[in-house]
Amino acid sequence: MKRRIRILIAKPGLDGHDRGAKFVARSLRDAGAEIIYTGIRQTPEAIAAAAVQEDVDFLGLSCLSGAHNRLFPEVVKLVRELGGQDIVVFGGGVIPKRDWPGLNEAGIRFIFGPGTPMSDVIAVIRENAPADAELAP
Amino acid sequence: MQPDPEMLVRGIRDRNQQAVARAISIIADRRPGWESLLDAVGKEPRTATFIGITGAPGSGKSTLADAITSFYRAGNRRVGIVAVDPSSPFSGGAILGDRLRMQDHAGDPDVFIRSMASRGRLGGLAPATAETAAILAMAGYDPVIIETVGVGQSEVDVMSVADVVLMVLVPGNGDSIQALKAGVMEIGDLFVLNQADRPGSDRLLAEVNAALRLSGDEDCLSRVFQTVATEGRGVPEVATGIDAFLGSLQSDAEKAASRRERQFLRLVNLAVHDMTDEAFEAYRKSGCAPTEGGTSWSEAVRVATGFLDWLRTRPN
Amino acid sequence: MSFDEIDQKWVQGSLAKTLAKAPERQPAFTTPSGSEIRRLYTPADSRVGTDPVQYSERIGFPGTFPFTRGVQPTMYRGRLWTMRQYAGFGTAKESNRRYRYLLEQGQTGLSVAFDLPTQIGMDSDSPMAAGEVGKVGVAIDTLADMEILFDEIPLDRVTTSMTINAPAMVLLAMYIAVAGKRGIPASELGGTIQNDILKEYIARGTYIFPPRPSMRLITDIFGYCTGNVPKWNTISISGYHLREAGCTAVQEVAFTLADGIAYVEAAIKAGLDVDDFASRLSFFFNVHNNFIEEVAKFRAARRIWAGIMRDRFGAKNPKSWMLRFHTQTAGSTLTAQQPENNAIRVAIQTLAAVAGGTQSLHTNSRDEALGLPTEDSVRLALRTQQIVAYESGVADTIDPFGGSWAIEAETDRIESEALEYIGEVDRLGGMIAAIEAGFVQKQIQDSAFRAGREIDDGTRRIVGVNCFQMENEVEPEILQINPETEACQVASLEAIRKARDNDAVAAALAAVKDAAVSGANLFPPVLQAVSAYASLGEICNVMRDVFGEYREEVVL
Repeated sequence: MKRRIRILIAKPGLDGHDRGAKFVARSLRDAGAEIIYTGIRQTPEAIAAAAVQEDVDFLGLSCLSGAHNRLFPEVVKLVRELGGQDIVVFGGGVIPKRDWPGLNEAGIRFIFGPGTPMSDVIAVIRENAPADAELAP
Repeated sequence: MQPDPEMLVRGIRDRNQQAVARAISIIADRRPGWESLLDAVGKEPRTATFIGITGAPGSGKSTLADAITSFYRAGNRRVGIVAVDPSSPFSGGAILGDRLRMQDHAGDPDVFIRSMASRGRLGGLAPATAETAAILAMAGYDPVIIETVGVGQSEVDVMSVADVVLMVLVPGNGDSIQALKAGVMEIGDLFVLNQADRPGSDRLLAEVNAALRLSGDEDCLSRVFQTVATEGRGVPEVATGIDAFLGSLQSDAEKAASRRERQFLRLVNLAVHDMTDEAFEAYRKSGCAPTEGGTSWSEAVRVATGFLDWLRTRPN
Repeated sequence: MSFDEIDQKWVQGSLAKTLAKAPERQPAFTTPSGSEIRRLYTPADSRVGTDPVQYSERIGFPGTFPFTRGVQPTMYRGRLWTMRQYAGFGTAKESNRRYRYLLEQGQTGLSVAFDLPTQIGMDSDSPMAAGEVGKVGVAIDTLADMEILFDEIPLDRVTTSMTINAPAMVLLAMYIAVAGKRGIPASELGGTIQNDILKEYIARGTYIFPPRPSMRLITDIFGYCTGNVPKWNTISISGYHLREAGCTAVQEVAFTLADGIAYVEAAIKAGLDVDDFASRLSFFFNVHNNFIEEVAKFRAARRIWAGIMRDRFGAKNPKSWMLRFHTQTAGSTLTAQQPENNAIRVAIQTLAAVAGGTQSLHTNSRDEALGLPTEDSVRLALRTQQIVAYESGVADTIDPFGGSWAIEAETDRIESEALEYIGEVDRLGGMIAAIEAGFVQKQIQDSAFRAGREIDDGTRRIVGVNCFQMENEVEPEILQINPETEACQVASLEAIRKARDNDAVAAALAAVKDAAVSGANLFPPVLQAVSAYASLGEICNVMRDVFGEYREEVVL
């Protein structure tokens, strides 16, 4: 039997809009993942430490305040420094398309804009999960 | 990718966060190489104190864990925390949210927090909680705080893992009073009456004291503490109480003996868990199990009783 | 009494009084085809509920209890609602330029958006502020920024709404200090501070202190403003953000009014007389696309609040019974897909807010699901209000949908369901206890999750998102924040810290601390501190030391 996929859903910065992050967390729980949820107002340092200590497979970052270009790459950098080499990072929130290439380059592999169906998010997670991990069968 | 257990053990001793985290995963998920890693962890003599925290939902277990951590950090001790949340019985997924209430230590490299899903286990802990705590101890975290699921069922597993168990109760919570009546008092070594700034806290104190006296504890005052965990009030007293409890109870030799016994008990538990899983699967496939489902605790007990009867009477 | 008699009573009473004071915008109102639009349609016109006793108790007349049809006797025939676009970004200088542009375009009130560090009481050079300075609003650190923000704006003539909560006292003090320097007395100033901390714990997240000291800051503001800034709306009790977080229309009404109850109780407990402050309470609601439910929601909210204030709190002054509110169109209904469709959504929502009797309105821009709005988008949003005001005709008769069977039935439904929720909150020990127990958050999250799932599985249709989609959409141009903003702001803060009289700052901050500890009203020492150019972060840090900080507790 495969183990369950572990995902950290985190909100870096000062933005308090957590409706999307919570919706994603709950939907992924219902899809069978183990979700670590840390709430709003997280520093990049705290998020990186949580991702590594929790040994997650995925790290989802949500930001609606426009601070993503500064905060997302910072989180990725710190995660890698702490040894979280294989953690797949994805992002969501109000992120203009023109920012996507830069974020992709900084290691945010996938970006989900407003209105993305959950089935798309789940598909990406299934496709990129480690071989020994799965969502609900 | 097969990890090298020796390298992992070295990484744990070197306090490398990633190595510690991965070692926990390997054992918790039974990933390849878990047996030898478990052996290595089991051989390690443990000196760290394991503090269990249990209590009803909403009683403030995580907040108390956070406040206790602050207290030990002020004394420059490195603190490990294992926090267990329930897995969904429907999807098998889980939302592990205890970390959210431990934000004072987010990003502090001397605090290691690991969230675990109960994965169907009923005793209040996740299947590899004890091993996780042992790995944290090996990495120099002392104390290690173990927080149970807290869904209001009798969470007895923590007794066999922790050196001292804090039972958290809050005023005006029907479950707490229920707990007193149902005899769950036996789980707690110390009683933390949290949210002591709320109405009804004095009544709760009187009730707990009465319940303890009834069970023959004359010196109950040294086992009951009032806290306001959100403000850290009463926490130093709890820490002192933990030390007093551990000190007064046993000599070092006794402690070591009891610890060995508990460790072995844990291993037996683990084995029983695995074997029961298998056996229960067989029971379900045997055609003897009731087919209609249910939702209540009493129905579950009825199914479990049927299972045990079946175990006793089955041919091999 | 016959229906005509009670109708006449109103015509000769409060209507006549108002008309004598303030005539309507036009001598007569007519449809484009030339027929007369009456001031008000009543059961006599619609044959709905012609029992005069029932009518006057449940529906009544505008400007009279229970205000179902509106809070003023002439409503928009007297004066249109205030068109108030929420705006602010980057530095004070850039925002000031946008305000002046909006006023030139015919906007009638200001509404200031602050950036997140300001909303959370942090200076721009705080490590936590990194990346957030000037992003969702304007960055304000000291009085110097506030002076630039309102440069050349006539503070004695425009009213200003400030979306500021946890540090509301500090920002209002800065506003008063700017006016003071220009010789405008505080007693002349009109506007609103949001100052609604409870919804921050529930949904919006810009809290600083724990609930108890936060409530004290609010009642200190009530206390100070009653005597010194009498025209200021000292709180804007907000359902907007609860709705954005995903609650239903009923929950929006219920939890907002339950918050209102908590503030009134706190103020009474702090020794204030209900009729001294109640008329300065204002509300802030969301408006969504479901036209009938939304119109009914506003009417139900007014009716419930009037009853609460008169019967539960024993307020005597009819002004204390009135629920006056600002409305903003729903940000959460805007889609990133086919963003031009958002202009249509905003138009429908505008119509609902006006039909619901709002006192002021912000219309969102079509591109806000993508980023900050451009000047062109903001202008279109303002034009939407102007078209509804001057061309649609809905402003020419009062409560035009009142008496519609559907609207009245919805009003009744929302009222009774909201009262049930309010009762539940009461049983839990009031709003603060309900928030601490996670009750309110859970209700909202469950509604949000249900809505999300319905959109996901297609049972709730969103045009352009889960039906009528288009391939290869091109994203329109959106506003970019100048990347230098943060560095500029940090540099100017540093310059002010060097130039100001730092002894005076230290003394003023010590006085703030003394008041925080002693329980004396904090407003006077805070006003003193901002006048000495103490920064927002410095003042809030003093309070953090005394009050502690709130931490999020409830998960999912």
